Amino acid sequence: MNASERDELYQELILEHNKKPRNYRKIDNPSHAVEGYNPICGDHIYLYLKMDENKIIEDIAFEGSGCAISKSSASLLTMTLKGKTEQEARQLFAEFHDLLTGKMDLQKSGHHLGKLAVFSGIWQYPSRIKCASLAWHALESALKDGKKQVSTE
Amino acid sequence: MLDINKIKNDFPILKREIHGKPLVYLDNAATTLKPVSVVERIRQYYLMETSNIHRGVYYLSEQGTLAFEAVRKKIKDFIGAGDTSEIIFTKSATESINLVAHSFGRTYIKEGDEILITEMEHHSNIVPWQMLCQEIGCLIKVIPIDDEGSIRFDQYEEMLNPKVKLVSLLHVSNALGSINPVKKIIDSAHRLNIPVLIDGTQAVSNTHVNVRELDCDFYVFSGHKIFGPTGIGVLYGKASWLEAMPPFLGGGDMILSVTFEKTIYNHIPYKFEAGTPPIAEVIGLGSAIDYILSIGLPLITSHAEELALYGTQALQTVPGIRLIGTAANKRPIFSFVFEEIHPHDIGTLLDRQGIAVRTGHHCTQPVMHRYQVPATTRASFSIYNSKEDMDKLIQVLMSVKDRFK
Ligand SMILES: Cc1ncc(COP(=O)(O)O)c(C=O)c1O
Repeated sequence: MNASERDELYQELILEHNKKPRNYRKIDNPSHAVEGYNPICGDHIYLYLKMDENKIIEDIAFEGSGCAISKSSASLLTMTLKGKTEQEARQLFAEFHDLLTGKMDLQKSGHHLGKLAVFSGIWQYPSRIKCASLAWHALESALKDGKKQVSTE
Repeated sequence: MLDINKIKNDFPILKREIHGKPLVYLDNAATTLKPVSVVERIRQYYLMETSNIHRGVYYLSEQGTLAFEAVRKKIKDFIGAGDTSEIIFTKSATESINLVAHSFGRTYIKEGDEILITEMEHHSNIVPWQMLCQEIGCLIKVIPIDDEGSIRFDQYEEMLNPKVKLVSLLHVSNALGSINPVKKIIDSAHRLNIPVLIDGTQAVSNTHVNVRELDCDFYVFSGHKIFGPTGIGVLYGKASWLEAMPPFLGGGDMILSVTFEKTIYNHIPYKFEAGTPPIAEVIGLGSAIDYILSIGLPLITSHAEELALYGTQALQTVPGIRLIGTAANKRPIFSFVFEEIHPHDIGTLLDRQGIAVRTGHHCTQPVMHRYQVPATTRASFSIYNSKEDMDKLIQVLMSVKDRFK
C-alpha cells in the first residue's frame, strides 16, 4: 500500500491512539460509570467519569476492547473532555455527531473539535460510524443516567 | 479442473472495480453472486411470462404453472428426493426450519423432551427451537465440537436417548467450514427412531446431496447461496412426516375447500404453501440449478476441496494468523483472527483493496464463545475464486499488519 492509496479513515493519529490509548484505566469511586456495547462487533467500552460540584469533569477514563476506530475515539474523547464542563461536553457531542454524519463543514463552521476532526472521513464508511460514536453514546448516557449499560443497537 | 476464467465471465459483477481495485468477492457463505443466466431467466419471466399460477385456465397461467412445477421436479432430482410432493418452497432456509419447528415441533415434541443441535449451528437452527422450548417446555441439548471444529461423535452417541425427539444440525458450517458426517449421525439417531433435520445451506452448492441415501427426515437450504435469487428457500421432508404434520401458514392455495365451518387442507406439498408463492424466485432457482449442473457438481466439489486444502496451508503459514476451523474435512470457508487487529479494521482495509470479506460473529455467537473470540474475519470461496484470490488476500493482510505495527 503506497501513500496515495492511503484511505482517509485510518489516519496516523487514529492508529497511534489505538496502539497507545490515553486514560486507559479505571477510576475508583467515579461519579458516573457506563458500559457501552455494540452487539454487532462485540465491542465493549467502560467509561468512568469524576465530576465535581461545579459540573467540571475532573477525571475521565475508559477500559474495554474494540476496533481501532472505537478505541481511538474513546481515547481522544477522554483527552478532549478532561477539565471541560458538562455543558461543553454536550456541545462537543453535538458537534462530533454532525462530523460523523457528514453534516459538519470543518472549514466553515466555528467548531471546537480539535483533534477529533481526525474522524472527518468516516461518513464515507457507514458501517463504521457506530464504532466512532460508541464511547460518545456511553458518555451521553452517563450524563443522563449516571450508571448503566448502553447499546448501539 | 474448473475453467475459472470462463465461469467469471458469467458473473458481470466480477468486472467491477471497488475503490479502484478489481473486486475479489470472498463472502460466498453470506450469499453467492448471480450468473447472467439466472437474472435473464427472471427478467424473461417478469417481462414476457407474468401470470399467477395454479388454477388459471388461460395460456400464460398454465405455462407459468408448468414452469414453476418443473422446478420442483428439478429440485427433487437435484437432491435425490423420492417424490415432488416432498419439496416445499419457502422464503429461506430460516423459514424452512421455522416451519418444521412450528408444525413438527408442536405436534411431536412435548414437555421434557430433548432436541439435539450442535455447538456450531447458525442462529437460524438455534432460535426457532428455543422459541419452541419456551412455549412447550422442551430442552435443547448441545453436541460439543473439538478444537478443530469437528463434532464430538462419541459424545453425540452418548447424548442419544429416548427423550430426544429431533436431531437438527448443519451439513457444512458457515463459520468453520467443517463438513459434518451427516450419514453416520442420521444412522445413529435412526437406531432410536429419532428423526433428523439437516441444514444444507452451505452444502448443496458444492456437495453431492442425496436425501434418500442420507435417509434424513428433513433437509433445508436457501436459493441465494447457490447462485439463485433471494426470497426463496427449500424444505425437503419425507412424505410420511409432511402428510402427518399440520399446516404452517393458512390462506389460499393450501386448501381444497373452505366454508366458514370447516376447511379441508390441500395435499402435500401445497398444504405448506399458503398464498401466492415467490414465482419468479422459484423459476430463478431452477435456472441456478441448471447452471450448477452445466458446470458439473463433481468438478465444483474438487475445486472446493482443492481451495480448502490450499487456503488452510497458506493461511497457517502466515505469522500471527489463528485459523478457526481446521477440520480435516472442510469447505473453503476460512475464519481467522490476525494479530491483535480487530476484524472490523481488517474488513475495512481489505475492502479498500477490493476484497470483500465478512467480519463479525457470522450468526454463530456460540462458536465465537467456544473459541473465545469476540468476532472473526471470514473469507469464503466459490466457483469463481482461485488460489490467486487467496494469495491476494494474504498479501493485503500483510500490508494491514504493517500499518498496525
Ligand atoms: C448454515 C446456515 N444455515 C442457515 C442460514 C440461513 O440462511 P437464510 O438467511 O438464507 O435463511 C445460513 C445463512 O448464513 C447458513 O449459513
